[in-house]
Amino acid sequence: MSGHDHHHHDHDHDHDHDHDHDHEHEHEHDNHFTPIEARVKALESLMVEKGYVDPAALDVIIDTYETKVGPRNGARVVARAWSDPAYAARLKQDATAAIAELGYSGRQGEHMVSVWNSADEHNMVVCTLCSCYPWSVLGLPPVWYKSPPYRSRAVIDPRGVLAEFGVTLPEAKRIRVWDSTAEIRYLVIPERPAGTEGWSEERLADLVTRDAMIGTGLARQPEEEAA
Amino acid sequence: MNGAQDLGGQMGFGPVNPEQDEPLYHAAWEPRAMALTVASGGMGHWTIDESRHARESLRPADYLSSSYYEIWIKGLSTLLERHGFLSAGEMASGEASLPPIQPKRVLKAEMVSGALAKGGPTERPAAGPQRFQPGDTVRTINMNPTGHTRLPRYARAKQGTVVLVHGAHVFPDASAHGGGEQPQWLYTVEFSGPELWGRGADPTLSVSIDAWESYLEPA
Repeated sequence: MSGHDHHHHDHDHDHDHDHDHDHEHEHEHDNHFTPIEARVKALESLMVEKGYVDPAALDVIIDTYETKVGPRNGARVVARAWSDPAYAARLKQDATAAIAELGYSGRQGEHMVSVWNSADEHNMVVCTLCSCYPWSVLGLPPVWYKSPPYRSRAVIDPRGVLAEFGVTLPEAKRIRVWDSTAEIRYLVIPERPAGTEGWSEERLADLVTRDAMIGTGLARQPEEEAA
Repeated sequence: MNGAQDLGGQMGFGPVNPEQDEPLYHAAWEPRAMALTVASGGMGHWTIDESRHARESLRPADYLSSSYYEIWIKGLSTLLERHGFLSAGEMASGEASLPPIQPKRVLKAEMVSGALAKGGPTERPAAGPQRFQPGDTVRTINMNPTGHTRLPRYARAKQGTVVLVHGAHVFPDASAHGGGEQPQWLYTVEFSGPELWGRGADPTLSVSIDAWESYLEPA
């Protein structure tokens, strides 16, 4: 990666306007780049220079997962399912279509299945082989979801994993772990907290955390409602 | 392949350590790496299965000591070189020394929202009859292919129950290696904790995988 330093010193900087996004690094000396920073910068400028990627497209992709696609999407699906029995039935029958009714579809959500927590059963989702995750409803996965501790233990010791998230389930409760080994993406529908009768979907959605939809958490209780 | 990616049931990695109010990214290069990976895939020269295989082909020590976006960038570098887009020398130096080749397509900014909304569905018309039904008892095959597979080691040669049928889907073991789509029926197969993990296993646990038909035999 040391070669990358020459790139910035020797060139007449016709690539540099492609990097305007990295504000905190833009004016620093190149030596401040870590090897992976330098590697990604070099790759991007080569790809742009050769016409393989449109730098504006990179910005749109990044913006999509910062501002449009995230766990709020999934929370709205869950809140609708809690509020509307007919919608819940459709979500059980054909999750891909029911989720698309709310406008959420596409990349890493092409084939959705909803899995429903109950008094007897808790569901938890993992991808032991890589990082498969339902982007269309939850956005980009958190680091722990993609990391060896979670991927290795979710399938053999889910109760131990749950304890690290502060969740203790009754001993007799069945735990179903869904290992996403294909292009099917799973969305956990947590149990609706008691004491939320008559709440609006918007207010219910505030109780639905990302972790509750992965199955490493539960929905917030009304007294934990975000201020 | 029995690579470092096949993590189910391995031990010694320590606690999960979920981060409170985790930010979307932990460094400024991560969103660029994410978007570069997505946009490069948009050129249409490799399948998601080939890109997964490129990542899992990292040497185990490298795989396990890399963050996930680092794994993506290392996998992407392999794919760009394999398909003739960039040479290893160019990526090492940051200097373009070879003329560009013509990609099948370039994902332009105005195409992004449509491309992301469409995604890459993998369901295909079935080439043959559905062999298993929900409720059927099946056994996964034992195999240790050197190429790509989505049958994890912990679920090989295990007895389970078909719980869902998803239609026919692109077969990754072929698609990762230029073998075309060769769609097969895809099932969710559920195993009991004791079947997978034996003595001392949590009796309240069941684990499912999504298994292509050729991973399964009647039991």
